[in-house]
Order: sequence, then C-alpha cells, then structure tokens
Amino acid sequence: MAFALSAEAEQKLNDILSRYPNKMAACIPVLHLCQEANDNWVSDDVIEFVAQRLELGSAHVKGVVTFYTLFNQKRPGKHQLWVCHTLSCALRGGEDILHHCEKRLGVHAGGTSKDGKITLRTAECLAACGTAPVIQVDKKYYENLSIAEVDRIIDTLVKDG
Amino acid sequence: MIKQTTYLSHSYGKPNSWTLAAYESAGGYRGVRKALSMTREAVIEEAKKAHVRGRGGAGFDCGTKWSFMPKESKKPHYLVVNADEGEPGTFKDRSIMEMNPHALIEGCIIGSYAINAHACYIYVRDELHLSKERLWGAIKEAKAKGYLGKNPFGKDYEVEVYVHTGAGAYICGEETALLNSLEGRRGEPRLKPPFPAQYGAFGCPSTVNNVETLAIMPTAFEMGGDEFSKLSELHPFNDGGARLFGVSGHVKKPGIFEACVGITMRELIFELAGGLPDGRSILGVIPGGSSCPVHLPDEVPNLPPDPRYDAYRGKSILDIPLGVDTFRASGSMLGTCCVTVLSDKVDPVLALHNVMRFYRHESCGQCTPCREGCGWIERILNKIVEGKGSIAELDEIHEIASNITGNTICAFGDGAATPALAFVRRYRKHFEDYIVSGGKSQTRRLTL
Repeated sequence: MAFALSAEAEQKLNDILSRYPNKMAACIPVLHLCQEANDNWVSDDVIEFVAQRLELGSAHVKGVVTFYTLFNQKRPGKHQLWVCHTLSCALRGGEDILHHCEKRLGVHAGGTSKDGKITLRTAECLAACGTAPVIQVDKKYYENLSIAEVDRIIDTLVKDG
Repeated sequence: MIKQTTYLSHSYGKPNSWTLAAYESAGGYRGVRKALSMTREAVIEEAKKAHVRGRGGAGFDCGTKWSFMPKESKKPHYLVVNADEGEPGTFKDRSIMEMNPHALIEGCIIGSYAINAHACYIYVRDELHLSKERLWGAIKEAKAKGYLGKNPFGKDYEVEVYVHTGAGAYICGEETALLNSLEGRRGEPRLKPPFPAQYGAFGCPSTVNNVETLAIMPTAFEMGGDEFSKLSELHPFNDGGARLFGVSGHVKKPGIFEACVGITMRELIFELAGGLPDGRSILGVIPGGSSCPVHLPDEVPNLPPDPRYDAYRGKSILDIPLGVDTFRASGSMLGTCCVTVLSDKVDPVLALHNVMRFYRHESCGQCTPCREGCGWIERILNKIVEGKGSIAELDEIHEIASNITGNTICAFGDGAATPALAFVRRYRKHFEDYIVSGGKSQTRRLTL
C-alpha cells in the first residue's frame, strides 16, 4: 500500500513548504515528518511519496536518506535508545553504560530487543558533555547517568505497552 | 585572569528563563533597537569594533564576515545560523538555545539587518529537540509582539526566522555542508571559493554565523562595540568581549562558565570547574573540541617575537589566555573553548582510538585522503588496542594523517588529522610501550 499522510500531517507539510524558496529545501524536514508517520522508518514508499510531493528524483531522496544517521532504513523497535560513546561521555562511563545496555537487552548496538520494544544505538557527541554520561531515548535526553538510572529508564520502556 | 560575566547566562537555571517576559524583564531586546536605528554600514562598523571572533571554532571576525556580503544584489540574501553543535566536548550553544533562545533571536534580527537579509534559517541538529522547541516558542512570542515579521520594532524591514532541522551528521557543522543540507541535499562540503557571501544558500549571497556569535551581538550593541571588546584582556589581539567556556571530562564540576576573554585553562579547570578529583593529575587537556590538539599540562609554547605576547612568554599552555590568536601562536587551536580534561587514569591510546572512530564515522567520504585515511588510522588503532600493533604502524599513523592535512575540500580532514598527530606525538612513549607490551603497559581505561 502506498504511503500517505494524515490531514493534520499534510497541513504540517504545507507549513514546511512555506518556509523555503524551493521544494528541495523541504526534503529533510518532510522526511522527518513522514518517518514519524511511518513507525519511525523510511521505506521505499516513503521515498516515493516525498519524491513526488517535492518534485524530486527518487534517487535524490534516497541519496539524502542514506547520508544521514537519523533516517532509519529498517523498521526500528518501539523506542530508540541512543548511548553517547564519544570522548567526554566515555571519560565518564559512557562505554560502561553501552555494554550494560547490550547485556540487559541481549543485543549488540544496532540491534532490537526480542520483544521489539527497544533498539539500542550508539550516538556520537550529543552536545551534553558537561552532564555526561548521557543517553537519548527517542526525543528526550537523560543526563548525569548511573547504571542504576539507566536500568530504571529501561524498566519504564519495557513496561510501556 | 577570571572576570566572570552573565550577559548570556544570567537566566540559566531560572524558571521560564526562555520566555519573552523573562528576557525582557532582564533587559532584552534593547541592542536590536539600537542596531535598527543605525544604517547597515554603521551596524557592520559597530560589530567590527566589538571584535566578536566567531564562536563556532574558526574564530573569524564576525563584523568582517558581515562586510563580505555584496552591497547590491539582485538575489535575496540569507542569514544562516550554525546550530549544529557536534564538536566532541562542546555543549555551550545548546545552553543558549534551551535557556536563552531570545538572545539568539535578537542576534538574528541584528545580523539579518546587517547583511540585508530578510530570512534567517537556524539550522539545529535534529537531536536537540528541546532547543528546537524553545526556539520555535521564542519566534512565536517575538512575532506576536511585533519583533519579527514585516515591521520588527516598527521598522520597515521584514525579518523572518525559521528553525530548520538536521538529520544526524557532524559534517553539517561545516558551513558549506550545512548550506547543502539546508537545501535538501546530502551534507557534503563544497569547494571554496566561491564563498557563501557570493554563492551560499539557494545560490544566493549568505552568511553563516555560529549561535553564540549572534547571541552575544545584542549585548555588544547595547554596550557599544568598543566597550564590549575592551572587556577582554585580549582586546589588543582584536579578540573581544566575553564568552561561554565549557569544561568536561575528569573534573569535579563540569559545566559551562561565562567570563571575559582572558581566562586561562588553569583558572577554568581549577578555580571554576573544581579541579580534578582528589589524587588525580592532568594527563592532557584539549582546549576546544576534539579537532584541537591535545596538550601536556607542562607544555611551554614557543610564542612569536610580537611584543603583545611578551606577558605570556615562557608560560605553560595552561596559563596562556584562551584566545584565537594566542592559541594559534602557541601551535594550538582555540576551537569552541570547551575544554576536555584527561586525568592520569586515562589511557591515551584508547582516547585517540575513541576520537578516530568518531572521525571515521563522520567523514562524508568525498575526499580520498580523509575517507580512506580516517578508516586506516582507526584500523591501525584497533590493532594496537588489541595488542597486535607495530611501531612501524605508529609511524604510518603520522604519515597518513599528514597526508590528509591540506588535501581535502574542507577542514574536517584537518580536524581528523590533528588529534592523530597530537596524541601520537605527545604520548609517543605511551604508544610505544603499549605496542611492545601488547597492551599491558597502560591503564586500559578512559574512566576514573
């Protein structure tokens, strides 16, 4: 079935278009909008939709999707748990948090837990170095973390039906 | 010399600091009124007097950059704000966007007017969702109050500000990659020339400024550019005013501190950030993000004969005021002024390994020396970390990194080569012992 947006999302798409002097510039914001409406991933149908609406070649849109880390080319779990492992976070335990998450969720970074609830990802510097170590769950930052804190956060995500 | 200030950070931590009401009750939106009452030429002159060196890491004078825009142009002009903060160790722009977004909006109005732009795009990295939310909120409030739109502050000069989002790419912090990304393309840097002032966003004359550079402009205009510049001990170097400094890593109180330019790393680390945990000493400091060289605490740079440097001659790098020119002259780089502190518990081999993984991941791939070089260096470090490296490969790191520098479309290559060269040079013995002992000679840790 081809991808389509809700009426509300279509309105947002039009808002986005009104901000730029041409349609191509709306590519990234519109891809985000569509990804959010598509279980957080960009399928080929989404690429076709965006290409048509913005009058771009689908190769161009695919080129954009494949360049940026935050466009998911595969369906992720219900939540994405990003653990920053760049230097300042690593200095304050970021790698220990990453390994703990891998053990707890039973996956390597990049994988999704068996219950489909959490995809574990590594993140590069999230601009929260003063409050390291840091994780990002979907859109929210959690800072000044301990392993116990991380466990509490994962507990909440797992309970989240 | 520590002279703490609160021009940007006065509201940090206060409830609803990001609202228009809070911003105005603390004296906001005064600088822009002054600017809009001046001619464009006068605004640029005032900005030049303030000597605001670009606070994104390159340190290029803001007023000078504004003056590069064409005086007459058939094409629309654009102000583009670089809010793609992603330099490892850097976290100051985020604080402005989350806790004092109106300072940036006010700066955007001043900047747009200065360069004859009517539209301003704030390119915010996608991960900073709260920043985007607060910025949109501030824009909405400003529009409602008549500070943005067709007649900001009653002046017949339309200014619209939009928040644009990235999608997870450090390289989009490079101004031409940012412009490509804004245009809806892959975030690949462009060759310069042409420079953005000639051919920028959408093929039109554009200026790209860092968040903090613009956010401090209202203060500079309210106070007067000359007075603002003179706050700085480095005013004789045309490095003026006050700015945000960050400290992260192995210190007791990591965070953001605002002070007049002139503060040293020793003062930042020991007097403001609480020093290192008990019993720990400094292995190394990185002055302003991982693209800057790491320094040993007792390094004494060889400063040039210029008499302005006389006061700092013979001093440790920890005691030289953090400035664009002082650090360039010290064989270093000021970068973002966000210092990373590595204690003696840190394994420098693992530290470099971490950093080179970052660069390999973030390379856009256009230029062979960077694309291949970053991966190659990371793989050599993988071998070293696993205890399978050789001394010959250590020399190879130097050769590969040296071949990246200056041979790429953009400065990312230099940013990747710098830590590779600096860590291996300054911790040569650590690396050699590590290789010879198969990885047994070091702490094998990054944490305390």
